[in-house]
Amino acid sequence: MGLKNPYLPDIVTITKVIQETPNIKSFQVVFDDPEKMKSFTFQPGQVGQLSVFGVGESTFVINSPPTRKEYLQFSVMKVGEVTSAIHELHEGDKMGLRAPLGNWFPYENMKGKNILFIGGGIGLAPLRTLILFMLDNRKDYGKITILYGARTPVDLCYKEDLKEWESREDLELILTVDNEYPGWTKKVGLVPNVLLEMAPKPDNTVAITCGPPIMIKYTLIALDKLGFKDEDVITTLERRMKCGIGLCGRCNIGSKYVCKDGPVFSLAQLKSLPQEE
Amino acid sequence: MGRNGFLRKDRLEAYLNNLSKKGGLYVPKEEKGAIVFRKYSGVSELSLKKPATTPAKSIIYLQSETFFRFMFEKEGNGLDKVNVRIQENMDQEIRIIFGARPCDAKGFSVIDRVFIDTDTQDVYYKKRRENSYIATKSCDSPSSGCFCISVGGGPFDEEGSDAQFTEINGGYLIEAITEKGNIFLESELLEPGETYLEEKRKRKEEVERLVKEYCERVGKIEPLSPKLRLFSDEDFWKKHLSKCLSCGVCTYLCPTCYCFNITDEKTFYEGERIRSWDSCMFFHFTLEASGHNPRPDKFKRFRNRVGHKFMFYPERYSGQIACCGCGRCVRFCPVSVDIREIVLELMKSEEGGRE
Repeated sequence: MGLKNPYLPDIVTITKVIQETPNIKSFQVVFDDPEKMKSFTFQPGQVGQLSVFGVGESTFVINSPPTRKEYLQFSVMKVGEVTSAIHELHEGDKMGLRAPLGNWFPYENMKGKNILFIGGGIGLAPLRTLILFMLDNRKDYGKITILYGARTPVDLCYKEDLKEWESREDLELILTVDNEYPGWTKKVGLVPNVLLEMAPKPDNTVAITCGPPIMIKYTLIALDKLGFKDEDVITTLERRMKCGIGLCGRCNIGSKYVCKDGPVFSLAQLKSLPQEE
Repeated sequence: MGRNGFLRKDRLEAYLNNLSKKGGLYVPKEEKGAIVFRKYSGVSELSLKKPATTPAKSIIYLQSETFFRFMFEKEGNGLDKVNVRIQENMDQEIRIIFGARPCDAKGFSVIDRVFIDTDTQDVYYKKRRENSYIATKSCDSPSSGCFCISVGGGPFDEEGSDAQFTEINGGYLIEAITEKGNIFLESELLEPGETYLEEKRKRKEEVERLVKEYCERVGKIEPLSPKLRLFSDEDFWKKHLSKCLSCGVCTYLCPTCYCFNITDEKTFYEGERIRSWDSCMFFHFTLEASGHNPRPDKFKRFRNRVGHKFMFYPERYSGQIACCGCGRCVRFCPVSVDIREIVLELMKSEEGGRE
């Protein structure tokens, strides 16, 4: 019996490409091996390494929920070499995939609690998997609130989802953009400021946030002001990654590897690690 | 304890010739003024007198290796349907290392914990490790910068070695340490070693005393506490690292450093995914595509290196330090950064510095 080789990707085929924003595309993929597709399981928040053979690998969260398994969805912002190469791909093209990797949202501990999602830009991706998962298990959770912001209305991801969430009675969606924009009638302001204005109660509530570093920084300050305990604030981190299995050495914060021990951390956990930046 | 045998020096050549028939035999050789591990090609080139310039790490953990090859193949008659086929590249070579020092062997156990004692094993390293046989030469020639005893090792340390040989009485007493070590004793050229054991014991005492005196100047190095205040003091790191060139020699020559990069290379129809050694001393090591870099300054990178070896690694692996005291980073640093000095200062601060 051969050992499982953690570096060998499975081959996947792109079944759909969605242009989310001018520089973000979502890719729905299925494993070429039907057995693998059937047996594949993961948890909300776990990530995968997508390969464009000949260019390289990068890490993305699986943003479709484990409760909907016809395909796996990844959203890719065009920033570097690999992401640019992925953006060149079309329906029917092949990629490599190593998944699932990393830890996940501690959703078991959130049962019966109110959930406050705070996302910015493509940072909604990891939240999306958990939001959909919770909506598929709606009765397990209390009030669900989603605060989502982007620079402009054009930069909001998952517009189909947003439309659906807006129409639902069992969750509250607040959308905001950084500046006034022609035709925009919803909130205007930076996510942390809108959050302070909303002033959600911290009682029996877990806040989950993801977005650009600067947004996370001020969101954490805002949550602290609002009285959220560090244990009830959860975020997902990004680092440059290569191996995805805690070996190659670059994504550590102190003794923790973001790729393996993360990417999901509570603020309490983060505060116990050496403060690098 | 264990099996042993005595090899007269005049039989070394025949012995190594035989050993080289059992697998790829790697020995320390002098090359352009440095001592490096190379494939055995004759006893005249063998260099056992001084510790090697580069560790034996590169024989098992290759500086660069192919994980797998990939081939692009057209599917049927479709013009734009391209499939990808992947072919794993697993190295099957038997590797025999003869003449590394105990510190080098200890280095392998540091890497083993990370690459093998995990649920996602590095199968390439593991395979090569399983197919390797290591005979270390007990060390009787500490170089400047050596501090093995300070980090819990020693000139006769057996950790990571399959066999060890000691130079005495015009020859070598070879002792097996592990089951695998027997490969070094399966030779008709060996005489029974029992009568040399007493002589070896004396030699060991003598050398250990010498090396101990040598290391006492450094003192005992213990894992650093995660609560250490001085560790987050940027001025402390800037003071020690302003001269650092970020050249990475300390990481490339380190028997315990294992950080790596993964890259692809391809021609039109096929290519390879390659793993190569990387270095945490480089700006690009942690640079993200967005331009953000969590460790943009050299002092932050060095702090992470010290942290990894003396704080983070011990935290993950029950107090074990990721340093074998070989002293290469001290000896070969072009601007004389001395990791011992830095760790000792951190330790000293800890006595009154815990939060």
